Amino acid sequence: MLAIFAPVNWWADSLINRRRSAVRLCIFFRSGLEKRAGGAYKSLSMAKTLFQKVWDAHVVRTLPDGTVILYIDRHLVHEVTSPQAFEGLRLSKRKVRRPELTFSTLDHNVPTDDPFNIKDPISRAQVEALINNCRDNGIKLFDYETGHQGIVHAIGPEMGLTLPGLTVVCGDSHTSTHGAFGSLGFGIGTSEVEHVMATQTLRQTKSKTFKVEFTGRLQPGCTSKDMVLKLIGLIGTAGGTGYVMEYCGEAIRALSMEARMTICNMSIEGGARAGMIAPDDVTFEYIASGDRPYAPRGKALDKAIAYWKTLPTEDGAEFDRTITINTSEVSPQVTWGTSPGMVVDVGGVVPDPDKVPGYSRRDVEQALEYMDLKPGTKMTDIRPDTIFLGSCTNARIEDLRKVAKLIKGRRKADTLRVMVVPGSQQIRRQAEAEGIDQVFKDFGAEWRHAGCSMCLGMNPDQLKPGERCASTSNRNFEGRQGKGGRTHLVSPEMAAACAVEGHFVDIRTWDGLKALSA
Amino acid sequence: MEPFSTHRGLVALLDRANVDTDAIIPKQFLKSIKRTGFGLSLFFDWRYLPEGDPDPEFSLNYPRYQGASVLVTRNNFGCGSSREHAVWAVMQYGFRAIIAPRQEIGGQQIPGFADIFKNNCVKNGLVTVELEAPEVDEIFAMVERNKGLEATVDLDEQRVVLHLPEEMAFHFDIDPVVKKHLRHGLDEIALTLEHADEITVFEQKHDPQMIGG
Ligand code: SF4
Repeated sequence: MLAIFAPVNWWADSLINRRRSAVRLCIFFRSGLEKRAGGAYKSLSMAKTLFQKVWDAHVVRTLPDGTVILYIDRHLVHEVTSPQAFEGLRLSKRKVRRPELTFSTLDHNVPTDDPFNIKDPISRAQVEALINNCRDNGIKLFDYETGHQGIVHAIGPEMGLTLPGLTVVCGDSHTSTHGAFGSLGFGIGTSEVEHVMATQTLRQTKSKTFKVEFTGRLQPGCTSKDMVLKLIGLIGTAGGTGYVMEYCGEAIRALSMEARMTICNMSIEGGARAGMIAPDDVTFEYIASGDRPYAPRGKALDKAIAYWKTLPTEDGAEFDRTITINTSEVSPQVTWGTSPGMVVDVGGVVPDPDKVPGYSRRDVEQALEYMDLKPGTKMTDIRPDTIFLGSCTNARIEDLRKVAKLIKGRRKADTLRVMVVPGSQQIRRQAEAEGIDQVFKDFGAEWRHAGCSMCLGMNPDQLKPGERCASTSNRNFEGRQGKGGRTHLVSPEMAAACAVEGHFVDIRTWDGLKALSA
Repeated sequence: MEPFSTHRGLVALLDRANVDTDAIIPKQFLKSIKRTGFGLSLFFDWRYLPEGDPDPEFSLNYPRYQGASVLVTRNNFGCGSSREHAVWAVMQYGFRAIIAPRQEIGGQQIPGFADIFKNNCVKNGLVTVELEAPEVDEIFAMVERNKGLEATVDLDEQRVVLHLPEEMAFHFDIDPVVKKHLRHGLDEIALTLEHADEITVFEQKHDPQMIGG
């Protein structure tokens, strides 16, 4: 059964918004609004942002101290950050309030060579704990047998669980991914996971808003990964702390849903808990297409789209902070350090320790020592020994298709190992149906099962000390991909070119690039 | 959660910026399904040599910092993953408060703590104190110069006091909501459940739409 729908006050808002553009101050609506709690008059006189609209629609109650009890529409759960929350519920004899709004999967611990065979007993115990907790609490678990297992941020969107206007949380910082649909998605800690389970709400104070406008168009070979890495390089890894970002502008509109998810995913690497993109036809088409069992269909979808169209930020809405980036000047990005803000254009060099905005000389020296790099080294002279194409940032079908196009008929450089890890079982199946798996195998890559894999190495996929990886994931922290492992974050396209050449190359001038437009 | 009003203890220094939660508690320890037992693994990759012995070069292993309960560090502490295990590890090691600077580097304004980490601290009763960068520099200098230096973190008065022969005090700001929670060790879930009826009323008009099936 598909049920609809937008709460009454959302409709009221959208009506009023339409009115407002015609009549500046409409007494009739204003008096209607004043009955509502919390600054209704203000909301009439001020254009609203996407964030504000989604926020307002989920306020259960504003407490005297200003904290808001915010309703949560989707609670996504994985095995790592949930066991202590379930345990807490049990100890306090509380129940999961809305198990039907709670969805879980197994991703972090899953071995991607043989997902049915978790050899590490501690990992296995954690996976079993989630299986048992879901069973005991009536929570839907996308495990291997369902054919829908995968990285939590890959399956939310592909199953149609992530929709515009919703609040989506998960005990995982990359929940920001879901904001690509115009939902408010953010990561929470385990105490909050327990809070959502028990109450279907969170106590929140409202974030400030940060408008990130990407004007112009991407150059060929450049991607949304380069856009977001560029942004983080500019504002720093703490630049978005305390803000919800809204990405907008011509370049954002031109992106596919997959590419939008990549940007929102890495909002947290810029310090922001959430990043949002206003829903548009690209969003609606994504939701309407494919096998998305939880997405609305038929009349329900039409109604939903009519509502979703009311969500975008209105002209004149104010943001607390704004940055504008000319996308046509964004080059392919490669990180050189141990923080995502330690990033340069591929044509650049490892920087002088005194000349890195946002990092002290010591920060940079520590990073360079760990990375075994010297200032002045050309990025294109760096030779990784591992290529990791995976993670919730860049392991969606579109990423795999693009890389497959670039490498088709080629062989990887002998000096390196290439791992390809689809984000979900569904993505893996789709790729196999399109014959993409064979392209990777012919290239000399390992075609693996879905999971977080080497993004964080909680499973057997890990870098060994001193190994150097060109990775499509999101974090280049020390030890993230394995103790002593060195990570360079790049786009899938850049990883592909590197896999062919054995070192980083500027994909814009790489002769293999034409395959993308073929 | 234990209420916090004031705490006096030995100060330890960790002179690194952007300490991420992967460094605070590496992933292999996240496999636990318990809330305890993380103290030994705090800063694991920095703290221990490959053979498993404590690395004498790592500051928290210095004899002078043994038994410390106030950690002073650099900007953007706790960035990265949302893992609450990081907060559990810091607390189970023995820290009750962390002090870090708000800082401007090359035009970027960088806070002392990352958002999710800071929030997780509140839920567990770990106090995060943000001071100005020169103040933290001063604390670093004082601690380096004075072995065994203790500090008091006074939440009621919102100040940090260094117990030098001539005491030094630093005022800090804190969100009143956070202060109240820490001060009383509130059980947030119980507090929210006092509004259970309102949540039910809200749910009647709000359909978290389109749960298919
Ligand atoms: S793929 Fe990496 S970043 Fe994404 S959820 Fe898994 S571990 Fe976290």
